[in-house]
Amino acid sequence: MIKDITIGQYLPGNSFVHKLDPRVKIWLSFIYIIILFIVNKYSGYIFIAAFTLITILVSKIPIKYLFKGLKPILWIIIFTAVLNAILTPGITIYKIGPVNITDKGVYLAVFMVLRLIFLIVGTSILTLTTSPIALTDGIERLLNPFKRIGVPAHELAMMMTIALRFIPTLLDETDKIMKAQMARGADFETGNIINRAKSLIPILVPLFISSFRRADELALAMEARCYRGGKGRSRLKQLKIEGRDYVAITFTILLMIISIVSRRWSI
Amino acid sequence: MSIKIENLVYKYMIGTPFEKTAIDDVSLEIKDGEFIGLIGHTGSGKSTLIQQLNGLLKPTSGKIYIDGEDITSKDINLKKIRQKVGLVFQYPEYQLFEETIFKDVAFGPQNLGLSDDEILKRVRRALEIVGIDFEKYKDKSPFDLSGGQRRRIAIAGILAMEPKILILDEPTAGLDPKGRDEILEEIRKLHKEYNNTVILVSHSMEDVAKLVDRLIVMYKGKNILTGTPREVFMEIETLEKIGLAVPQVTYLVRELRKRGINIREDIITVKEAQDEILRLLRRDKND
Ligand SMILES: Nc1ncnc2c1ncn2[C@@H]1O[C@H](COP(=O)(O)OP(=O)(O)OP(=O)(O)O)[C@@H](O)[C@H]1O
Ligand SMILES: [Mg+2]
Repeated sequence: MIKDITIGQYLPGNSFVHKLDPRVKIWLSFIYIIILFIVNKYSGYIFIAAFTLITILVSKIPIKYLFKGLKPILWIIIFTAVLNAILTPGITIYKIGPVNITDKGVYLAVFMVLRLIFLIVGTSILTLTTSPIALTDGIERLLNPFKRIGVPAHELAMMMTIALRFIPTLLDETDKIMKAQMARGADFETGNIINRAKSLIPILVPLFISSFRRADELALAMEARCYRGGKGRSRLKQLKIEGRDYVAITFTILLMIISIVSRRWSI
Repeated sequence: MSIKIENLVYKYMIGTPFEKTAIDDVSLEIKDGEFIGLIGHTGSGKSTLIQQLNGLLKPTSGKIYIDGEDITSKDINLKKIRQKVGLVFQYPEYQLFEETIFKDVAFGPQNLGLSDDEILKRVRRALEIVGIDFEKYKDKSPFDLSGGQRRRIAIAGILAMEPKILILDEPTAGLDPKGRDEILEEIRKLHKEYNNTVILVSHSMEDVAKLVDRLIVMYKGKNILTGTPREVFMEIETLEKIGLAVPQVTYLVRELRKRGINIREDIITVKEAQDEILRLLRRDKND
């Protein structure tokens, strides 16, 4: 039940996209997001759609799975669209009672929806094709230049790695404890708010206890292996920018140029 | 209470690339008062199977009848089913949460809406069954106890609900040999006294061999063997193929027979082997 959450999920694979350097992938995702906001004509979105589709096909992520991830935010998308459509001033093209749908509103709504969908799909491709370890590694390297002004890049990355590593474990554990208490007749679904909040105690107490135990054990295990923070620490896998990274960068820059040019087109 | 399972299938994470068939077309029947050992290698689907027996997991397809009642139907009262079918999870000590042992064991009976008198009676009895002194421990915190004792408290928490069917998922996992034997002995006594249906999940053949009436062997989500321990242990080849070892004495007996010693073939406990070997030795002396 609780394990159906798929946001941030990693799908192991061996595709072109999987093998890209994580730093490059993070940068390109940033650029992709910027592109989404540069484009202001429908024609520009045809190129974005093509680019996104090709990336998905190359990465071999099942398209159905990708769109399942959109389900939880469907309501946000609809809500945004409706608000934009009725609250933007402009020439009224349709009237339902006191509510006016304007031409500018429809235009904005469509763009918002497109942007949101591509935003989610694009960032999902990043997390789906990059293992948490590679992702935090990339973030650490990207933050490295800021170390000089006091940003604890390594510590931040390590915290992220640990957090990401333990999310599935905690979900698993919550699932197990919930089931164990349900087997003892606990009921989490009925009753008023106070009763429901109370019914969480049998889950939260064991969960906290085991989290603290885990944290303690992990700290010990890290110390036992002489972990002393980031200073002077070498790495097992050196990140290296290769030919395929340049290919990906080239295509993304091409898309960027097209999207800037597309602002001058008529539709 | 009897259990009947028909063509049960369970799949995890349906519709994702991680989809996994954990139970693959299992049909079986368990009679009232039977003591069943459910064994199988890690990942064979034992935990998945038993969690469906009290409605914690809904089957992907197939039917489960508890005492003739179909618990997979939509309008079933799950609370009632969970009262009838008590399930002790793997490492149950991690589900304890109350300040005192009394309160923790009383959690189940309280959820059943019983009177205070009845709850007191049941908690006392449940703790007695698992060998924990009620007066001495009732006001102690469960977190001050040893792992083995905590496990017992957790088992008592289910026993206090007085289920007609008791399912224990690896109740001896991670215990030392003494703690293991004590818990198994308590389960045996409980079954003997109340004659309820008990399903004991384990991957140790030795543990279950001397206790249970019948074994159900799982392999990759399928029920590939059932029968009395004696019948099942005769299938050494099949068992080894699926990564389960038969009790050590069975190997010993087989080796002895290979060397031409005419010892009985169907020996499964150390005690039996001892008796049989002594009998053979005496006979040889008399000859
Ligand atoms: N919550 C879950 N989500 C996805 N797959 C699962 C989940 N729980 C179990 N599985 C998978 O289902 C299969 C059966 O698991 P199950 O826990 O029933 O095995 P088991 O026989 O109890 O093993 P063990 O002896 O280790 O407890 C395994 O392959 C496991 O990976
Ligand atoms: Mg299990």
